[in-house]
Amino acid sequence: MTYFLQLVVTGFSLGIVYALVAIGFVIILKCSEVFNIAQGHFVLIGGYLGYTFLVAFHLPIWACLLMAMATAAVMGLLIERLTLRPLVGQPVLAVIMMTIALASILEGLATLIWGGEYKTYHGLLPTLSLHIGEISVPSESLIGLIVSGAAVTILMLFFHYTKIGLAMRATAEDLQVVQSAGIKATRVYALSWVIASVVGVIGGILLGGVSGVMIPLANVGIKAFAVVLLGGLESIGGAIVAGIILGILENVAAGYLDPLLPGGGLANVFPFIVMIVVLIFKPHGLFGQVRIERI
Amino acid sequence: MLQINNIEVVYMKVIEVLRGVSLNVSRGKIIALLGANGAGKTTTLKAISGLLKTEEGEITDGSIYLAGERIDGYGPEDIAGMGISQVMEGRRVLEHLTVEENLMVGAYLRKDRAGVKKDMDMVFDYFPGLKRLRRQTSGYLSGGEQQMLVIGRALMGRPKLMLLDEPSLGLAPLMVQEIYGIIKGINSEQKMAILLVEQNARAALGIADTGHIMENGKIVMGGPAEELRDNDDIREFYMGLSTVGSRKSYRDIKHYRRRKRWIA
Repeated sequence: MTYFLQLVVTGFSLGIVYALVAIGFVIILKCSEVFNIAQGHFVLIGGYLGYTFLVAFHLPIWACLLMAMATAAVMGLLIERLTLRPLVGQPVLAVIMMTIALASILEGLATLIWGGEYKTYHGLLPTLSLHIGEISVPSESLIGLIVSGAAVTILMLFFHYTKIGLAMRATAEDLQVVQSAGIKATRVYALSWVIASVVGVIGGILLGGVSGVMIPLANVGIKAFAVVLLGGLESIGGAIVAGIILGILENVAAGYLDPLLPGGGLANVFPFIVMIVVLIFKPHGLFGQVRIERI
Repeated sequence: MLQINNIEVVYMKVIEVLRGVSLNVSRGKIIALLGANGAGKTTTLKAISGLLKTEEGEITDGSIYLAGERIDGYGPEDIAGMGISQVMEGRRVLEHLTVEENLMVGAYLRKDRAGVKKDMDMVFDYFPGLKRLRRQTSGYLSGGEQQMLVIGRALMGRPKLMLLDEPSLGLAPLMVQEIYGIIKGINSEQKMAILLVEQNARAALGIADTGHIMENGKIVMGGPAEELRDNDDIREFYMGLSTVGSRKSYRDIKHYRRRKRWIA
């Protein structure tokens, strides 16, 4: 039982990080109807930024987070301005192709700047420990939990209590209405890319601290897609719940199934199997936006 | 205040929708723009508010002035800032937002928090039904309530000119009457000019100062609302009234010809 709870707790904190990354994806999708294939590559860049600021610059973790967030904000702004803005109003397929290109470019740039070898900064995050009864929460999980939990909370407050947050939610509903109220849609788009890039980078620093950084870290993007599909494409709350579910499933599967099968890759597949089963019965995901229809 | 000079509008570079429309809206007046489907009423409104640009439409000739300043060529966000609010056809509420949040979106450009709060109370005064629903998700409101909400949202921007597109669409006659009463009230109390597009000619001419009839992208007739109300052609074609009791003689026979003359 202790073993199971232990797996659930570490899975929970892993799941929150997935949720954070997935939220970035949902925000872009909601505000500008762009399906951002490159979300996982923000995570990759985040991991490398974490390495640069922690190892090369010897910054403490909080300064590293701040610097990485600032870099991510600039990166998000540039990406939106240079690659997405010219495509506003173009067919969906063209925009998706652009985000695929973006994924390749970010991957190439990462290799160019940081090289292809495995980077790690495992011991450089501060060590915290927490014991609840017989369960001990490992340090990385605790940091992941605190940082992503804080980020998610701040985002929720931002959307509900600031004017520009309201403008973003309104843009997700009806672009023309928002424009005729004087809200500049381009500003909302730019902000959505900044947020997506920042949360991706934060996720990258946290995940990189656990498993090290290499190009395959970008595959977290695929997990984020799974989270988003499971949670319902347009639901931020759904992304949080689904992220936690997938994180726990992955960890529990790793704990119980991997020893049974030689090779031990089942943990990575198991959440996707669950996702497929759920989607068969609830095609809009667990919390997909119900189209409001009055009778 | 608003002056439209002979504008022509083309969609997607081929479909000509407006063919020389001129129109004046003076301060504090209600101008009704009437006509059948496809006459170009909504396009006229979109040309003014700049929303045309978001739909691949383009003003190819003519000009639009607001208080002496040329505004065609600006995007919808800028024109909203100059004091024109458009209430689009079909009750476009932001469905998943609450009533209050919908109203706040209308006040997005305003910096005076106290004024915004006061205006929200003003909107609730005009539409008491909304006050009780302020925290409800707006997608679940009834049709009449949604129409009130979108008018209220436009009011929150404190515009000089409100463009109203078919506020009676799909509403019960009693509700139409109620909403038109409120529109008239807003116009006289707030001194707000209103350009009203309608199919429901009777309701529109009931509150308007001036009316214009559009057909095939042109204004074919215009004048003071009471004159239009009494005009036999308009009674027949747009209000569905024939001169009751009179012997059916020439009018029925000449129906086709008179109609044709207008379109040409």
